[in-house]
Amino acid sequence: MSDMIRRYGFTLTSTFCLLTAFWLLVLVILPNLYLFENSFRPYLPVVDIGGPKDVYTLKNYLTFFDSPIHISVFIWTVVYSSIVTFICFVIAYPLAYYLSKVAHPRSLPTLFLILTIPLWVSEIMRSFAWFIILSLKGPLNILLIDASVIEKPIRWMTGFRSVLIGLVYTYVLFMLFPIFNAIQSLDTNQIEAAEDLGSPWWRTHWRVILPHSKPGIASGSVMVFMLSAGSILVPTLLASTSSRWFTEIIQQWMFESNDWNTGSAYAFLLLILCTLFVTAVMRTFRVKLSDIAR
Amino acid sequence: MSASVELENVCADFGSFRAVDNVSVTINAGEFFSFLGPSGCGKTTILRMVSGFISPSQGVIRIGGEDMRNSRPNQRPTALIFQNLALFPLMPIWENIAFGLEVRGVDKKKRRERAEELLRLVDLPDAADKAVSQLSGGQKQRVAIARALAVEPAVMLLDEPLSALDLKLRQHMRAELRAIQKRTNVTFIYITHDQGEALAMSDKVAVMSHGKLQQVASPREIYDRPANGFVASFVGENNVLTGTITGESGGSASFETALGTFAARLGPGAGKESKLYLRPEHLRLTAEPTAANRIPVEVTDVAFEGNFISIHTRDATGKALVSEARNDGRSQIPERGARLFAEFDADQAVILADGTPARKGEPA
Repeated sequence: MSDMIRRYGFTLTSTFCLLTAFWLLVLVILPNLYLFENSFRPYLPVVDIGGPKDVYTLKNYLTFFDSPIHISVFIWTVVYSSIVTFICFVIAYPLAYYLSKVAHPRSLPTLFLILTIPLWVSEIMRSFAWFIILSLKGPLNILLIDASVIEKPIRWMTGFRSVLIGLVYTYVLFMLFPIFNAIQSLDTNQIEAAEDLGSPWWRTHWRVILPHSKPGIASGSVMVFMLSAGSILVPTLLASTSSRWFTEIIQQWMFESNDWNTGSAYAFLLLILCTLFVTAVMRTFRVKLSDIAR
Repeated sequence: MSASVELENVCADFGSFRAVDNVSVTINAGEFFSFLGPSGCGKTTILRMVSGFISPSQGVIRIGGEDMRNSRPNQRPTALIFQNLALFPLMPIWENIAFGLEVRGVDKKKRRERAEELLRLVDLPDAADKAVSQLSGGQKQRVAIARALAVEPAVMLLDEPLSALDLKLRQHMRAELRAIQKRTNVTFIYITHDQGEALAMSDKVAVMSHGKLQQVASPREIYDRPANGFVASFVGENNVLTGTITGESGGSASFETALGTFAARLGPGAGKESKLYLRPEHLRLTAEPTAANRIPVEVTDVAFEGNFISIHTRDATGKALVSEARNDGRSQIPERGARLFAEFDADQAVILADGTPARKGEPA
């Protein structure tokens, strides 16, 4: 602190600190605390708030466990978020390897520009774009029929199909960049050493490159999984009647039933259960939190 | 098992830059062969072509008589030891060593046995389960050697593997490498810019400059009979005198310089653009000269190096000449400002075609 004051002066230092504190406290901690506190209170008519019925209770949380439909929606959300994460990995790993070890360094800026251009458009617009692309008489079906790949148009937006496509599209870069960083930090000599010792390409990946990029894969997976499970825009726009996302239930509690208490409880359940799930998966793959922060 | 390596008119081009220029050389099976040259002379490119990571732009490389044109690095009977060793940090030592066997489908128990056997060979019997990061530089070096030996290569390729070690260890590893080579009888191709290493370890040395071979010969011949001015000045030190050849007879000639005319041996390819090369240890300083080749000089500086004494002098024209004498602990060291004669024997001075001087600090 005294070091910062010496370097930037008192005014600048206190401005930095106050802004950071404001952001953390007012925009992150307080709203969450408010929801957290609310999640333990019953949903009451306005007149009863603060009255004798307004006591702390676990009832909101228990609502979830009493509702098989909500539990199943939660499980499917976790399952499909995992699938999204896996698909993202399958797309991002070869691409990251290509970008970090195969592509000429001079062409990297161009390639990254091409990759990031979609991010210039807001998520909601991109989801709408997929809504149009995937519609029954949309461009994708027309293209596939014209190319004689399919005979009849495919109903893309049924089940979780379109949600998967939308989520993968939206979050694949969150997988790409950490893996790219991880592979780039691998000494190319190690890849060559493996090859020189007679290793075929797949074994080099399995024994040398994949283990080295594990922290990158882990942090990318955690990000993609958490973002997917917590996504509301893509499921709202691209889901069908047969696919419900857990965030949609939270939204229904809050905005359709106006029951913010149960909604908050569900939101925290999503956070807690997903964290547990991620921790369990990380244990299985022997990834430490410190690896990810590296 | 060991194999010969033949390079026939091999060239390597990177864009318009020719890194290796028409190199033809035969390395015999079981030989310790060094490529010696300043950085950027193309020696590492040769190594990478032999191991298969770069394809020659022209020419043929044969290992054991077999054309390697269509063989990938993982199909060649070579093992490369990288300059930074490139051990796999996430595997324990024994898995590092056994990696080549794992690739070849050897079962785990045999792999482990072989790894331990090789660890004994490189004098690291207890390291099997250690992590790479737990080893010192010299130990890592040995693991890299063991890892390469595990695949029983016909040819070992070493890319300046000792350059990261400190002096004492480097000298120790020199002897060790040489011993391992003799024991296994594998062909060693060694890349270095350190002439001491090349001379001390090799059966044969190839001196390179600007992508071209300058001389291929035994260490003794390289030092005593350099083929041109580049080899003479890159390998060891030399006093260089400019002048012209005035008379030739048999293998010797008289050479006229600003300091006088001297008799000297006529080197290969000596002609108009020739210079006289004179090793410091062949230049004697004395008050009473006996040899015909003598130059009056004044001592400008004396550097005591321990096992030898380096005496810097200047002649009448201001030309600096360096003389080296072995320190026998008895003889008197001349003082600065002393006026003496520098003398040398005709058969120890050589007239050579002017080679490209060794350029220092060039990018690799």
